[in-house]
This record gives sequence, structure tokens and C-alpha cells, in this order.
Amino acid sequence: MSLPLLSLVIWLPIFGAVAVLSLGEHRPVMVRRVAFGIAAATFILSLPLFTGFDSTSYAMQFVEDAPWIPTFGIRYSLGVDGISAPLILLTTLSTILVVLAGWESIQYRVSQYMAAFLVMEGVMNGAFAAMDAILFYVFWEGMLIPMFLIIGIWGGPRRIYATIKFFLYTFLGSVFMLVALIYLGYLTGSFNILKIQALDHLGLTAQVLIFIAFMLAFAVKVPMWPVHTWLPDAHVEAPTGGSVILAAIMLKMGGYGFLRLSLPITPDGSQLLSGLMIALSLIAVVYIGFVALVQQDMKKLIAYSSISHMGFVTLGTFAAFTALSMGSHNAAVLGVEGGVVQMVSHGFISGAMFLCVGVLYDRVHSRLISDYGGVANTMPIFATLMVLFAMANSGLPGTSGFVGEFMVILGAFQANVWYAFWAATSLILGAAYTLWMVKRVVFGPIGNDHVAALSDINNREFVILGVLALFVLLLGLWPAPLVDMMRESVSHLVDQIGHSKL
Amino acid sequence: MDNPVNMQSVYLTIVLAPLLGSLAAGLFGWKIGRAGAHWATILGVAISFLLSLIVFKHLVMDGALPFDGTIYTWLVSGGGLRLEVGFRVDELTAVMLVVVTFVSLMVHIYTIGYMHEDPGYTRFFSYIALFTFAMLMLVMANNFLQLFFGWEGVGVVSYLLIGFWFKRESAIYASLKAFLVNRVGDFGFVLGIAAIYRYCGALDYTTVFQKIPALAGQTLSLWPGNEWSVITLICILLFIGAMSKSAQVPLHVWLPDSMEGPTPISALIHAATMVTAGIFMVARMSPIFEYSETALSVVLVIGSITAFFMGLLGLVQNDIKRVVAYSTLSQLGYMTVALGASAYAAGVFHLMTHAFFKALLFLGAGSVIIAMHHDQDIRHMGGLRKYMPITYWTGLIGSLALIGFPGFSGFFSKDAIISAVEASQLPGAGVAYVAVLSGVFVTALYSFRMFFLVFHGQERMDHHTREHLHETPPVVTVPLIALAIPSMIVGAFFVGPMLFEHPGFFGHSIFVLPQHDVLGEMAHHWHGPLAFVVHSLSSPVLWLAMAGLGTAYLFYMVWPNLPDLVLAQTGLFYQVLMEKYGFDRFYDSFFAGGGRRFGRFLWQVGDVTLIDGVMVNGTAKAVGWISSIVRYIQSGFLYHYAFAMILGLLFLLGWFLVA
Repeated sequence: MSLPLLSLVIWLPIFGAVAVLSLGEHRPVMVRRVAFGIAAATFILSLPLFTGFDSTSYAMQFVEDAPWIPTFGIRYSLGVDGISAPLILLTTLSTILVVLAGWESIQYRVSQYMAAFLVMEGVMNGAFAAMDAILFYVFWEGMLIPMFLIIGIWGGPRRIYATIKFFLYTFLGSVFMLVALIYLGYLTGSFNILKIQALDHLGLTAQVLIFIAFMLAFAVKVPMWPVHTWLPDAHVEAPTGGSVILAAIMLKMGGYGFLRLSLPITPDGSQLLSGLMIALSLIAVVYIGFVALVQQDMKKLIAYSSISHMGFVTLGTFAAFTALSMGSHNAAVLGVEGGVVQMVSHGFISGAMFLCVGVLYDRVHSRLISDYGGVANTMPIFATLMVLFAMANSGLPGTSGFVGEFMVILGAFQANVWYAFWAATSLILGAAYTLWMVKRVVFGPIGNDHVAALSDINNREFVILGVLALFVLLLGLWPAPLVDMMRESVSHLVDQIGHSKL
Repeated sequence: MDNPVNMQSVYLTIVLAPLLGSLAAGLFGWKIGRAGAHWATILGVAISFLLSLIVFKHLVMDGALPFDGTIYTWLVSGGGLRLEVGFRVDELTAVMLVVVTFVSLMVHIYTIGYMHEDPGYTRFFSYIALFTFAMLMLVMANNFLQLFFGWEGVGVVSYLLIGFWFKRESAIYASLKAFLVNRVGDFGFVLGIAAIYRYCGALDYTTVFQKIPALAGQTLSLWPGNEWSVITLICILLFIGAMSKSAQVPLHVWLPDSMEGPTPISALIHAATMVTAGIFMVARMSPIFEYSETALSVVLVIGSITAFFMGLLGLVQNDIKRVVAYSTLSQLGYMTVALGASAYAAGVFHLMTHAFFKALLFLGAGSVIIAMHHDQDIRHMGGLRKYMPITYWTGLIGSLALIGFPGFSGFFSKDAIISAVEASQLPGAGVAYVAVLSGVFVTALYSFRMFFLVFHGQERMDHHTREHLHETPPVVTVPLIALAIPSMIVGAFFVGPMLFEHPGFFGHSIFVLPQHDVLGEMAHHWHGPLAFVVHSLSSPVLWLAMAGLGTAYLFYMVWPNLPDLVLAQTGLFYQVLMEKYGFDRFYDSFFAGGGRRFGRFLWQVGDVTLIDGVMVNGTAKAVGWISSIVRYIQSGFLYHYAFAMILGLLFLLGWFLVA
């Protein structure tokens, strides 16, 4: 295969967005079809990343490389390994679903809406595929713009507050990363991420400072406690599609950043601060779990649930250091793998949960739990799917939500019994906040006239939720293909972080 | 049939047939209709049942070797952990297979009659077939991952079925409660699995059981200055899981409320099968539990508390299903006690006899409920014997089996448990013996209190109900008869081979250390079931049961005013029983209410006030405030700036001069 696949999955949607924009606002039907076509084509183009992936190697694959700004040695280099390839596939799939989800509910500036999501797709793929630090940074910051517009234009009543908060929070985090990246590029003589990772010597002070600079960027994105408060606001104000992309993909940027940059570049700094990171992760799981319990707004509840679930990603990642220091390479690998599986699974589940809320919002125009009750009476098919996703969100075995959490708990128990203890409370808390919401929204007698007038999901909505349900079950019943894909890359990463640079 | 490949496809069919039936009813119920749904699921379960009989004969009668094989690889970690989905079918599994598929089949048939007016008919069949699938996955697992899958799978179907009538607030409350309490147990269970992985490096039974003996003596420090035996920790964590699933004190609170579900599932899930999963699990894990006497003592004591105190609650309930539910709790306590005394085989034996007679009692209660037009209060019944002869006689058989009347199946299993506890040397065995012995009296009392109130005495129902009283249709009574037969005879048939004879019925599927082998001790005095019955005439067990029966007769047949007099004398005690010892009230205010209060506190104080208020918006305000001050300095007047420069100069000069 000689096609530059990675470039295609980055630039096809971006140029496609230009094409969609050029169609203008007076042909919405055409706009939707073209946008869907581009998203579908991108998805198909991304499939070889799975089918053609060589899972026996940790090396970068589908590599592309060309000079970009030769004066500074900045290159346009792309490549994926077993960690980033699944995330790109998740992105291309989610974009199709998001385009479909906005099919009817978006009537205002349709072409700009679709274009924003296509640009978003390309830029996110770029961030996952970039092998040059500066290129990565450009894509990283590039993500902010379309998301800023999506929330700012198609968002809810408090969208201005939410967008500013979102923008400042994330931007503030990432400028420090830029400083660190430039410093590292200067030190290495190249901005190639693999070369920066291979840097042999780096003092502890430098490592700690670089780690903190990275952490500011990544922890905000994940988001980790206590820099998480932008997320509930952003989710509440964002349109359904925006919430889906935010939860399913953008949050993963943080987890991915830790794995791609922080850990391999500053292994000793990470080791030094891993205790703090683990503590923050566990606070996210427990504290946020309790906060999610009392939310009255469904989107806020799912947003908090996302933070809690992402705590497993950072826990799996940083518990690897404790496991390594106890001599258990196996547990370290298991924990990191669990973190990556959790990222992919959370993409499906949180996306599905937000889409479910979107389905209800389109009909009733409320996100408040108290405005519902007894939805199962009028929307039985929807109720079935929502209960399935709720169970996945509670980590039921047989759904994808279980796999990552189980792996992380197994790995964490080896590192320290108490890590596993606190992490496992999510079994109780996750079920409590998710199923209590389901009880109040889906079950019970018909709550009010709005619920009585509900019509069940149409074919388009059924396809969207059905595809996600399929993936949730498939990944839950047979996670082997996904884990096979990342196995070598994660093992290699654990080797890297076990190798001191002092 | 000896070809392992053939057997593997038999096992696969046993599991998949109910699943396919469930999918057919669930996904295509709108197309195949009500009859299509019940035929699809009944066919699936019937296939499973027939194949289970074949497996039973193959393993237990023909003495074929147990099967242990992989179906597919679930996941392989780069860290070497290999998780597979596979089956381990030995004698223990074979017994469970027959019990589960038989009771499930009976319940499927019964449901045709019980639910025939319900709009959720196809959904109900889909759920109970799905339940059967999950339960079979659980008992056939050869590793902890699949065990947990089945474990949670039955939990989720139980959740769906308790909340089956989802319009009823009490039903959806009960279903949420059941799921969350079970999750508390699963919390322990999952940590137990993680501990096993840490110390054994694998999660398949074979490897784990091989490595456990070497862990004896190894300790782990959970907090400074304390050392836990690793095996004890593993056992207690696993047992926490069993406590929630098998409703042991203090995680029992969900089971009485689960009676909100339709009666067929009370029989299938909350009496015969799912709730016994914990018992099965501990028996399956006997190669681990045997190495921790501390854990066995815990099991023994928890079981005896449940057996006695939950039985007492059965005395004051007036809802026919709740009486049976508390009886189930108490009987699960007996099974747990047996496990604690290392008499695993007796626990599983009681599990089996209980599955038959308790399913019978529940379905009988359901039959009464149908006749009573869904009135479940036993104070409104009475004298039903003449209207419902089949329900009456099968109910009598079930009750006699439950109280352990000599010759009936429950007699053999319960007597064996009590003798085993008596013989046990573990700490706590003395208390447990007293508890299970007094429990016999209580069991007989509440069983026959209900029996007399329902079937004998005055007819207390209203005129309208009485006019329509009649025996239920054959789809209801045939399963009753089919369950009554094993409730009578299965004990006498199996007590010898299952508990005492050699080669043991369970082969190597249950492991007991020689120093704990109470059943082995008892086997020396084993002279066949008849001698067992004769011997019981001189034991206190039988006389306690008779005393309970007699008391019930006295109270509810001879002097119906007596119970009220007794209650008047024991007001406080009665109040405690009515309050169910206060567990519900405490959990509701402390855990449910406390959790919400804590969440609100964290949200309002942590997120809204501190993080957003002080840190985020505070930073924004501080920036605004500083710039509003700095703005005054930038006045735009040249002489202000010149003045500031001179002041600065003077200050610097002064600084240098002093320094």
C-alpha cells in the first residue's frame, strides 16, 4: 500500500470541509450528504490502519516524512503505533456518527456546522499521527478552534462563559508544553518525537520541570482533578455532536499525551511525581463519583462520569511506575494496556450516553432528570439501548466498560492494594450514579405530558446507537484484537519508562 | 461421546441454546409473537436440560474424566496474562447444570400460565432465558474472568426482572437496591480476583488451585504493623462477593425487596439458582478456602447468623412471598454454615434439595396468588385447601421438605449440615451449632404458620374472591407436580453417594483437607438412608422440628387468638422483628442519604466554591482587580511618571548607600 494514508485521513476531511463550506447555507440536504460522504470515505481510508497493521512490531507504521520548516529542522512526519492507531479509528468512526446525529437537529448554519466537525476530525487525526513535536503542537492547538466555534455558535444559553472557560483552561495548559517542546528540540537537535524520546541524558530537575509543563497541558485535557471544572460546563453548553467529540476523542488527547510524550521523555521525572498523579487519579474516581451522584442535569452527570472514568486511564498509566519499582513488568504493562483500552471504550460509551441525552433533548428540549420519568413507556427501543449503555458505563462484564477497568484494577492491585481498593469503588459509585439516573429517567410511570408525547427513535437514530452498541458488546466480549494491536507498543513503552535517563 | 471435541460441542450447545432462545424472543418477539417467544425459549432450555442429563450421566454415572478446555482467547496482555473463555465441567458442575436447567425449564412452562395476561410477555421470556445462559456460564466457567462475567450477568438480569413492572415505583426501587447491594459484594469479589492474580499470576482455576498451597504462610501488610495471611485475605474478599449474591447478613437486604418481581423469577432466581451462586462459588473454591481456617470461621459465623436471625423475621411477615423469601435467606444461611464447616458437599446437597422444594413453594405461592387475584396477604387467605387440591398437596410436600421432615429431601441435607457443624472443630462452630439447631424450630414454625393460614382455618377472603377461587390451569400445576417429586425423593436417593459413600459423588471437584473432613468422619456411621431416618428419631433435630410444627398448629389452628396474646407480651421483640433489625433504615439514611449528602458537599464546596469560585473565577477576578489598580498608575500625566522615576532613584541610591 503506497497511499499516504495518514495524510489522507488528516487532509481529506479538512479539504472536504472547505468543499462543504463552499456549498453555502442554502443547500442543507446536499451539505449533509457531502459531509457524510467525506466522513465515510475517511473512515474507509482509515480501515487499513487496522487491517494492515503489523502488531508484532512496536515501530511506527504508515510513516510519512517530508521537510516542512527546514530552517528549524521541523518536519512533516507522521506515523502510528499500536496506541495511536486505535484512537484514529475511533475518531473516524465517531465523526460519521456525529454527522448523522446532527442531521435533523441542526438547522442553523448547517454547512459551517458540518465543516467544523470535519476540520476537527482532520486535526485530531493529525495530533494522533504527528511524529514531529512542533507538528503535534500545531494540531494540538488547532483542535481548540473548531471546538470553540462548535460550542460558541451551536451551544446553549451559557455558551460564551463555557467557551471562554474551555479555551483559557486548555490554552493556558498548552503554552507551557510548547516551551518544553522547544527546549527539548533545542537539546536534541531535532523535533522528531522518537529522537526526543531517545535522548540519553536528562537531569532530574529538567525532567521534573518538563514533566510539569507537559502535565499542565495533558491534565487539563484528560481532565484530572482539580483542573476538571471546564468539562461539565463545556458539555452542558455544547450541542450533542460537540459533546460526543469532546468526550469520545478530545479527552483522549490528554491520556495519549502522557503516553507519547511525558512518560518516555521524562521517565525519572514521571517516576518522581507518579505518587501525586496516582493520588489525583484516585481522587477523580472517588470524589467525582460522589459529585456525579447528585447532578440534576443529565449531561453534567455524564460529564462527571467521564472524568471519573478517565481517572482509570491515568491510574493505569502511573501505577505502572509503582509496579515497575516492585519489579513487576507484567503488571505495569497490564495497567497501561488497561488505560488505553479504557480510552477506546470510553469513546464508545460516553459518546453513546451523550447521544442518548441528545435524542431526548431533541424531543423535550430539557436535560434535567426531573423533566423525565417513564421514558420506557413511550420509547421502548431507545430505553433498551440506553439501559445497555448505562450498564456499560457501570462497567458490566461483557461490555467494553468492564475490560479497561478490570485490567487497571488487576494491574493496580499488584502495585498497591489500596490503589485497587479505591479504584474498585467505581464499581459501586459508577453503578449508583448511572442506574439512579436511569431509574429516574427511563423507568417509572409516565412523568409528564412531554414524556407521554415522545416517539421512539427513528431509523437514523437507531443506526447511530446500534453501531455503538455493537462496538460496546464486541469489545466487551472479545477485546483480544484491540489488545493484540497495542501489545508490542505498550511493552516497548514500559521498557522505555523503566530505563533511567539520569 | 468420549471424544473431547464432541463433548465440547455438547457444552457449547448447553450454554448457547438458551442464549439463542433469548435473542429470538428479545429481538424478534414482535415478529414471532407470544407463542413463538415461549416456544423458542422453552425449546432452548429444554435442549440444555436434556444435554445436562447426558452430561450428568456421562460424568457421574459413567465416571468419565472432567472436561477442562478453552473456547476462545478473550485477551492476551503483553504482560503475559492470558484470559480465556472456557469450560470446566466436573461432577460439581454437572449437578448444578441439572438443577439449573430443570428448575429453569419448569419456570418457563409455569410462566406461560402466570404471565399470560402481561403485555411484557415476550420480554419476560427473553430475560429468563438470558438468565439461564448467564447462570450456565457461571457454573461452567474454568476461570475467574468468566465466573465474574456470569456472576454479574445473572445480577443484571435479576435487576431487569425485579424491575420488570417498571411502572411501579416499589419495583424499580427494589431493582436498583438489589443491583447496588450486589455491587458492594462485587467490589470485594473483584479485589479478590485481583489478589489471586497478584499471587498466582493467572486466573484459570487449574493454575490457581495448584499455586495456592504454596502461599500458606505468606503475608501481606495492609497497614503498618499488621500482617494478613494472603489466603485469608483472598478468601474473605471472595466471600464478600458470595455474601451479596447469596444474601448473607449484612448484605442480605436486597433479597426480601426483590419479591417485587414476578413470582416465576422469585422461584428461579431468588430461590433456586442465582442466590445459590455464592454457595456454588465457595464450594468451587474449596481448594482455596481449605487453607484458611480464619476465613472458614468467618463463613461459619456469618452463615449461622443469617440462618437463625433471618428465620425469625419469617415469623412476622404477612406477605406470602416475603415469608418464603425470609425462609430462603435462612436456608442460604444453612448452606453457608455447611461451607464454613468444610462440609461443602453438604452445602451443595442442600442447595440442590432446596432448589427443588423452594422453587416448588414459590410457584405454589404464585398459584395461590393467581387464585387470589394477586392479593398476597396471608391474613386474607385461609381454607384454600378445598379449592386448590393440587396446590395444597404440593405445598404440603414443599413445606415438609423445608422443615426437614424425615424422609423428605430437605431432611437429609439439613440433618447432614447440622451433624457436620456439630463435628466441626473450627472456632465458632459451637455458636453455629446452637444457631442452626434453634433454626430448625423457627423454620418449622414459620413454614406451618404460613401453611395453616393459607390452606386451613377460616376463609378470610372477601366474597367476590371466594366465588372465583379455583385450581390453577395445568401449565401451573404440572410444574408444581414435577417439582414435588424431587422434593420428596431426591434426598434419599443422593444422600449416600453425595455425602458419604466412596468413591465420592463429587470426585475431585471438591477438595477437603483431612483435618477438616467432617463428612468423612460422619461416613463411618453411615448405614444407608433408612438408618439415617431411624437414627434421627433419637436426635434433637427432629423433635425441634416437630415442636415448631406443633406450636404452629396450636397458634393458628387451635387457639387463633394466642399469637396476639404472645405479641402483646413481647412488644419490643416484635417491634425489632418488624423493623427487620433496622438494617434497611440504617442503610437508607447512612449509605444512600449519606452518599448523596457527601456528594452534594463535594460538589458545592469542592467544585463550585473552591475550584471554580476561588481558583478559576478567583484568578479571573484577581487579574481584573490588579489591572484596575494598575490602571490608576498609568495616569497619562508626564509629571506623575517623572515623580515615580525620582522616587525610584532615591530609593535605589539610599539602598546602595546603606549597603
